[in-house]
Amino acid sequence: MAQLPHPSPSPDRRSFLAQAGAVAIGGALALAAPLAGLGVLLDPLRRKSGDGGAVHVAPLAAVPEDGLPRKFNIVATRVDAWNHTPNTRIGAVYLQRPKGRPESAPTVRAFSVVCPHAGGFVDFHTEKNCYLCPIHNSTFALDGTVLDPKSPAPRGLDELEAEVRGEEIWVVFKNFRPGVKERIPV
Amino acid sequence: MKTVTNWLDQRTGYKKLMHEALFENVPGGARWRYAWGSTLVFCFTMQVVTGLFLWLAYSPGSQTAWESVYFIQHEMWGGWFLRGLHHYTAQAMTVLLVVHLLQVVIDGAYKAPREVNFWTGIVLLLLVLALSLTGYLLPWDQKGFWATQVATNIAAITPFVGPAVKTILIGGDGYGHQTLTRFFAIHAGVIPGVIIAFIVAHIWLFRKHGLTPKEPRRRPDAPFWPEQVFRDAVVCLAVFLVILFFLIRTHGADLGAPADPTEPFAAARPEWYFLFLFQLLKYFPGGTEVWGAIVLPGLLVAVLAAMPFIGNWKFGHRFNLAFLGALLGGAALLTWLAVREDAGKPDYALATTAAARDAERVVVLARGPEGIPVTGALTLLRGDALTQGPKIFAKNCASCHRFGGGDALGGTPQDAPNASDLQGFASRAWLTGLLDPARVDSAHYFGNTKLKDGKMVDFVKNQVATFTADQKAQLAKVLVALSAEAGLKAQLAADARDTALIEEGRKIIGTGTLICADCHQFRTPDANETAPDLTGYGSRAWLTAFLTDPAHKRFYGERNDKMPAFGVTKQLSPEEIGFVTDWLRGDWYEPAAKP
Repeated sequence: MAQLPHPSPSPDRRSFLAQAGAVAIGGALALAAPLAGLGVLLDPLRRKSGDGGAVHVAPLAAVPEDGLPRKFNIVATRVDAWNHTPNTRIGAVYLQRPKGRPESAPTVRAFSVVCPHAGGFVDFHTEKNCYLCPIHNSTFALDGTVLDPKSPAPRGLDELEAEVRGEEIWVVFKNFRPGVKERIPV
Repeated sequence: MKTVTNWLDQRTGYKKLMHEALFENVPGGARWRYAWGSTLVFCFTMQVVTGLFLWLAYSPGSQTAWESVYFIQHEMWGGWFLRGLHHYTAQAMTVLLVVHLLQVVIDGAYKAPREVNFWTGIVLLLLVLALSLTGYLLPWDQKGFWATQVATNIAAITPFVGPAVKTILIGGDGYGHQTLTRFFAIHAGVIPGVIIAFIVAHIWLFRKHGLTPKEPRRRPDAPFWPEQVFRDAVVCLAVFLVILFFLIRTHGADLGAPADPTEPFAAARPEWYFLFLFQLLKYFPGGTEVWGAIVLPGLLVAVLAAMPFIGNWKFGHRFNLAFLGALLGGAALLTWLAVREDAGKPDYALATTAAARDAERVVVLARGPEGIPVTGALTLLRGDALTQGPKIFAKNCASCHRFGGGDALGGTPQDAPNASDLQGFASRAWLTGLLDPARVDSAHYFGNTKLKDGKMVDFVKNQVATFTADQKAQLAKVLVALSAEAGLKAQLAADARDTALIEEGRKIIGTGTLICADCHQFRTPDANETAPDLTGYGSRAWLTAFLTDPAHKRFYGERNDKMPAFGVTKQLSPEEIGFVTDWLRGDWYEPAAKP
């Protein structure tokens, strides 16, 4: 068949209509399937994480009085696409009772365990008395600010809204966008 | 622009390739009948694209497959459309494959030198059918689960290697996570890869030998572009519109209730284009299935593959035509027989209704505030009173009782009822009927029981019938108060409204002149009671205790008729008794009405 001479397309009007029609219909049909899938592809954009209400974390007595932080799990309902799992660990926070406060008004501070640099899990280094992210070595002081100025973290640890109700600590659990100077909830 | 295209062309030679692709000679000029092959390429491309998008959201696994498909179908943007497009394009492909095959055989395009191309086509046909078979299981719904059991069991009857093949295919002794991961890998990876290789070979061979022209040639030869491309595009558009029509009309593909190996599913049927094989199997008695499932279909495919050689014989082409006609006619006949047989079976209709009911209910539950637990959506159905109650009732209660005249699942038991109809049990309407002289001894209440000659029926027929207007007014209060004991969900508003009336009614039951307390105990312990306790009558605790042991002194005692003590004899577990109780009381999850 390769030996057959290829006839040239005739430039008449009929041929033009066929060309235009083929391109238009073919183009539309080629778009159909990708367009049908676009919604599913973009669906996660419209799903926002939890309502941001405060969750009970721990009794006040469980947080050391000497100002050192202690890690607590956040237990709440985890919504993962189709699954709803009540009373499950959805994250963790450091709680601490800053020293030097009057006994009558205990204030609790809560810090996210997620490093604001690249999302690593920040440890508390007892010997050095500071927070340390083991991934890129960012260090943070007890009050959450960046300790070593050479730390890659663009901002201090993310502080979460914490409240003492009676003898119990409640925290508004959130995650923040890593890698930027500003604290932007996600 | 020109410099860029020239640069690219020098390095890839794409212009020559494009030229060859577009200016392929069409002997006798463009014709509509040459478009079928292109529609198949179009459909396959659609399947690859829609399939990849579905892949973004699909999660193979016993507790996630149905759940992720539910999420695609009911929660994700346009998910139902995407899934429907994939589903109906698959159906269109099967039809178009048959049309393409028919055309190739009718036009004699299978003959030398095109034998190899014909065989690649047959392989493609079988591969597409395999795609359809494997894809049917992936949603992990009842339909796919049970229909695919049949397919893999057919694989198991293959002589010698069958059982091993089945185990490898389903990834173990039974269906589970591994079955889905394997079917998914086969469906989305292996078969499409092989199909692409065969399509390349098929088109290359097609181009090598050229199109088989339909004689006589009506016009001079013309290039593929633009006339034939235009025709192909129009036919593809028509195919697409047909797919859209079905997609919109049915609002996407069906998703049944999640697969449950413990739940019988009489409505299991393969996709419609496999119905002929399904029907064929019915004619092979036990032990001979291998003939119907493997040998016969294998022989038919072998004859199909031998067509190029048969075609060389003098009457070969006619034989091929007749064979293909008989094959398709036979398949159509078997399909029709299968459909007709199902249409005539009331059991099948009931099974499909029940399947639809479960499918609808599980979506309501999945969308509820609790969502789907990590144990899967099946947990929702198994813990749902509205789903389980009627099933337990139909199996254990409907031999004597009725629910709305039937067995609660849409069927009607053969034997006449010999106990009361429990629809609306303990509601005001139900109790009104019980205390109606005209109805108390009807089949709806005590008519077919031993209690027909008991004191209650006697009381209603002889005393209530002659009540004065004042007594009737008191009776009305008694009915409201007694029904309020049940605390039925459907009557909560009415009960809250009528608190004064209920209070009066309670006094009348306990101490009043209507002599209820002569036989019944109500609120205060009464050692001499001879009829069921009315304290908490119809409440969850009351009904559960009653179903557990109706012959308990608190209920019918020695006067109990045929009612089994379901809990004492352990005929029903406490959980099952709970389901029946909740369901009879109308107590199950309902979504709040949308404002």
